[in-house]
Amino acid sequence: MSDRASFLLAGARLVDPSSGTDVVADLAVVDGMLAEPSPDLRRLDGRGLVVAPALCDLRASLAPDLDDPAAIADLARCAARGGYTSVCLASAPERSRDIPARMAGLHLRAMGAMTRDGAGEQLADLRALADAGVVGVSDAATRSAGLTRAALLYLAPLGMPLVVRAEEPSLAGGALVRAGRVSTRLGLSGWPPSAEVVVVERDLALAAETGGWIHFSRLSTAGALDAIRRARARGVRVTCDVAASHLALWDGWVAGDRRFSWDAADNGSLFARTLDLELAYDAACRTDPPLPSLADARALLAGVSDGTVDAVVSDHAPQPPQRKLVEFAAASPGMVGLQTSLSLGLAAVEVGALELPDLVAALGVRPAALVGERRTLAIGSPADLVVFDPAARWVVERETLASVHANTPLLGRELPGVVRLTVADGRITHGDLADLS
Amino acid sequence: MTGDVGTWPHRHLLDVDSLSRAEIERLLDLAVELRAARTSAETAERLRSVVIGLAFYEASTRTRVSFEVAGRALGATVVDLDVVGSSVSKGESLLDTLRTLQRTGASLIVLRHPASGAPYLAARGADAAIVNAGDGQHAHPTQALADALTLREAIGGPDGSLDGRKIAIVGDILHSRVARSNLHALLALRASVWLAGPPAYVRGFDAWPGVTVARLDEALDGADAVMTLRIQLERAAGGGVPSLAEYARVWGLTEERLALARPDAPVLHPGPTNEGVEISAELAASPRSLIGRQVENGVPVRMAVLSLLASAAHP
Repeated sequence: MSDRASFLLAGARLVDPSSGTDVVADLAVVDGMLAEPSPDLRRLDGRGLVVAPALCDLRASLAPDLDDPAAIADLARCAARGGYTSVCLASAPERSRDIPARMAGLHLRAMGAMTRDGAGEQLADLRALADAGVVGVSDAATRSAGLTRAALLYLAPLGMPLVVRAEEPSLAGGALVRAGRVSTRLGLSGWPPSAEVVVVERDLALAAETGGWIHFSRLSTAGALDAIRRARARGVRVTCDVAASHLALWDGWVAGDRRFSWDAADNGSLFARTLDLELAYDAACRTDPPLPSLADARALLAGVSDGTVDAVVSDHAPQPPQRKLVEFAAASPGMVGLQTSLSLGLAAVEVGALELPDLVAALGVRPAALVGERRTLAIGSPADLVVFDPAARWVVERETLASVHANTPLLGRELPGVVRLTVADGRITHGDLADLS
Repeated sequence: MTGDVGTWPHRHLLDVDSLSRAEIERLLDLAVELRAARTSAETAERLRSVVIGLAFYEASTRTRVSFEVAGRALGATVVDLDVVGSSVSKGESLLDTLRTLQRTGASLIVLRHPASGAPYLAARGADAAIVNAGDGQHAHPTQALADALTLREAIGGPDGSLDGRKIAIVGDILHSRVARSNLHALLALRASVWLAGPPAYVRGFDAWPGVTVARLDEALDGADAVMTLRIQLERAAGGGVPSLAEYARVWGLTEERLALARPDAPVLHPGPTNEGVEISAELAASPRSLIGRQVENGVPVRMAVLSLLASAAHP
């Protein structure tokens, strides 16, 4: 018997942004390929379920305290549970170098380092990296305008993006939270939006001049998105992503306000309120870049809706307790995200802050296209898809998270969206057909 | 008799923001009683069986000594965990260290830490009651309470209230934990608070309800009291002000500048002062200066805090 799946999912909502499809219909998979529905197939009840092209993550990190096989297995469990079949690793190049390009059920992609040894001084052998199959070239901690220009120029004919974090160190240095009411209230040094915007504007000028493709990773400001809209209008080759957590969470979370961005009216009462002993300064809320202001979180969400934002990334970053059960300033940034990204997006969809096809496009179809992968529900294609129940609830808990580490401020939170089935290249990597009968 | 402290609803003192006006006044009343009865036999018995641990992750003389004196005056055993410079601070997490301190029997831990928010981590992870003795740029509640007592006695109404009093705070508000805790305390006591200082050091505080950010002359105009804060050279070098000399010239408090305030309006400074920078030497030594009173009031206020928290821990 083939390990490739065959089934007929009847009456599901098929959402495929690659073809503009959004219909309630039957979906058939025969030996791992999308096929015409036929009565011979095992019939599953798809009512209330959504079928979409599988999710593709442009940025996830391996647990820093596990060896590579264990860390990759940890990541693969989370990815399958979260509906992903393809993940691009953000980890240091030495960790991603020897990772098999394709392992069972998960297409692991790697990012090359822009500079030799990631030192930020001299371009790496970018052609060799391209030949080795990296999906892009990412920057080092420091990145001069000169090196950026050189990399864009060199990469332009290769059709490969320069993937950058936009942050000016002299503005961002030492900052722990977004500059604003929360930083003022909590006495944490603030990260001004200009730290991101000035570098985005600079890099867009470099991309325009060189014709190179620049991709901004984890943008967090309205100003950056505005700059990208303007640059696109004049033909600059630019793409970008934002972290799923930055759509729903905002800097108020660091002060203990745990409303999602679409539920929070304002945080004007922050100054008069007693800080919550259990929630204030929770290192689980430390991210890089820091959680956005409420207004910027909403601007990022609007950017996903209008297509300015190409991709929503999980920015999955498992951290062991010794890196999180410490002072806010001493904590490592990041939270686990592969299992919560779709659910956070669905929470936005539930309240009308986002349309489901836009979410599905930003989590799967568009990022996949950026790294040269095709995602479609078209008949004749390999089944690379996710089936989820958008209305079902789950509680984020240590037990429900597949990762070894449970560093997320969402612990204890009930979220909508349960992945019933993840199918990677025709094989089921999460879920059980028996549960859908 | 000196105060029946009764029950106190707060397990920790992390900031003044958790205290109502009535609670602040109760605490200050108790401080006044304890100040009067500081050497009585009854006072020396209050915390007889209590072990207080001092964990100072940042150099401090006056605050540490003030807590130590306060604890001893109440009959407590005070253990100073000499964190700075000892092996404890190297590689051992804050929570591990505090748990060690608890094992010595400490039920109250006085924590000074360079990271904003560290006492919240401590309160979540330790069984002992946490007294914040200053965390990063966030809060310094016992200093603010000592300042509130000092102001109440200097310019308070007949009932000791600060209703409608205009208090000007001048200097580096941004990096000041003393300023933040003072904002909570003074606003709870219904004072009107005006802030003035170099733009980078007052930016953002206009969002704080009840606070007015203004030019120095506006802040001083008719003020009932003026508090100035320490300027730190290393922070000035970070761009807030070009130099200490420029700061002194533009923002330094002098007798002449103070003429804008109400006659005899007192001057406060949480110390240690840079005389000739944020305050002139003459003004610091003048009868208008309450700097010495702020230090003196620190001990009874900390005695009151320790008594109330011990009563909450051992009702």
